[in-house]
Amino acid sequence: MVEFTLPANSKVTEGKTFKASDGSNIKNFRIYRWDPDSGQNPRIDTYEVDLDKCGPMVLDALIKIKNEIDPTLTFRRSCREGVCGSCAFNIDGTNTLACTKSIDEIKGDVKVYPLPHMPVIKDLVPDLNVPYAQYRSIEPWLQADTQPPTTERLQSPEEREKLDGLWECILCFCCQTSCPSYWWNGDRYLGPAILLQAYRWIADSRDEATGKRLDNLDDPFRLFRCHTIMNCTNTCPKGLNPGKAIAEIKKALVQRR
Amino acid sequence: MELRSYLSRVRGLGASHEGTHHFWVQRVSGIALVPLVIWFVLSATSIVGADLATFKAWVGTHYNPVLLILLIVTMSHHAYLGLQVVIEDYVHGEAAKLTSLILIKFAAVLLGACAVFAVIRLTFGS
Repeated sequence: MVEFTLPANSKVTEGKTFKASDGSNIKNFRIYRWDPDSGQNPRIDTYEVDLDKCGPMVLDALIKIKNEIDPTLTFRRSCREGVCGSCAFNIDGTNTLACTKSIDEIKGDVKVYPLPHMPVIKDLVPDLNVPYAQYRSIEPWLQADTQPPTTERLQSPEEREKLDGLWECILCFCCQTSCPSYWWNGDRYLGPAILLQAYRWIADSRDEATGKRLDNLDDPFRLFRCHTIMNCTNTCPKGLNPGKAIAEIKKALVQRR
Repeated sequence: MELRSYLSRVRGLGASHEGTHHFWVQRVSGIALVPLVIWFVLSATSIVGADLATFKAWVGTHYNPVLLILLIVTMSHHAYLGLQVVIEDYVHGEAAKLTSLILIKFAAVLLGACAVFAVIRLTFGS
């Protein structure tokens, strides 16, 4: 059955507080910490950060904390401009990218947790092996039997337009881990990020495997666990609409009946 | 211990190729229920508090028994489809899941059959 309470060894405790030595523009960052080697429960550490000496984004503060206050804080980050999808966390109660989330937007303490309902490797780093395997399972590459042309595969501007709102996905898994259906059935439900990617290939005029792709999705769990809760669309830091992409897949399946 | 690869676990037993039918029937029965329920509410409010003879007369009037049977059958089926989704969402043990799915199927058929029988009896019975 679904578990509504955390197991005893997962209950979050109050951790250490790292006081700022001086500064007038102090903001508290309350960050989820868990060290697999310590054998202890996860805790929330509080870091006081002087915003006058810090960049504007949540990621700037996290990097400042790691560089200047506590080098043990562990998190993924790379491009710091919303393109790589590495620094996705649950910030202020919503899944988003730390690099594009401005500290100013957050009232009160800044709470940073790992993406929800995924196994945690350490601190803010979730284990994403399952969604990566799910991504591979939809075969996210162009498949065509027609002899490849000696130049590019042509696509009309109208056909290319159908990929807008799909190709921009950076696989940060903010939507995936915001979906209650994915929380309860993530082992079998592909989740919004993977289904948006699946539709990206179904919608591609150059792809010739549409039927096979739809066959692989026609399943009560893989696709139809989507109950249009729409957390995915609300949380997407790139402003995409996975809910609509999933609806388009359902439409295509009904259409071919 | 499970040493299967993530991809093997994710692919599992493959796609069952039957989700679309469930999805479609749930929508179609939902659409059918909109006029049926509106008719039932509007029509049934006129006989609230009536005695048995008036009620029998209402059930047997014109097309009322046909609409009542359509309402009962559509609603039982639609309710079963909805509950099935809830159980698949939340009940994860295979044995508990199968048992609950079978029980709600039986309950839906039994309740539907009883209600249809009641309509027939009220219409034709003495």
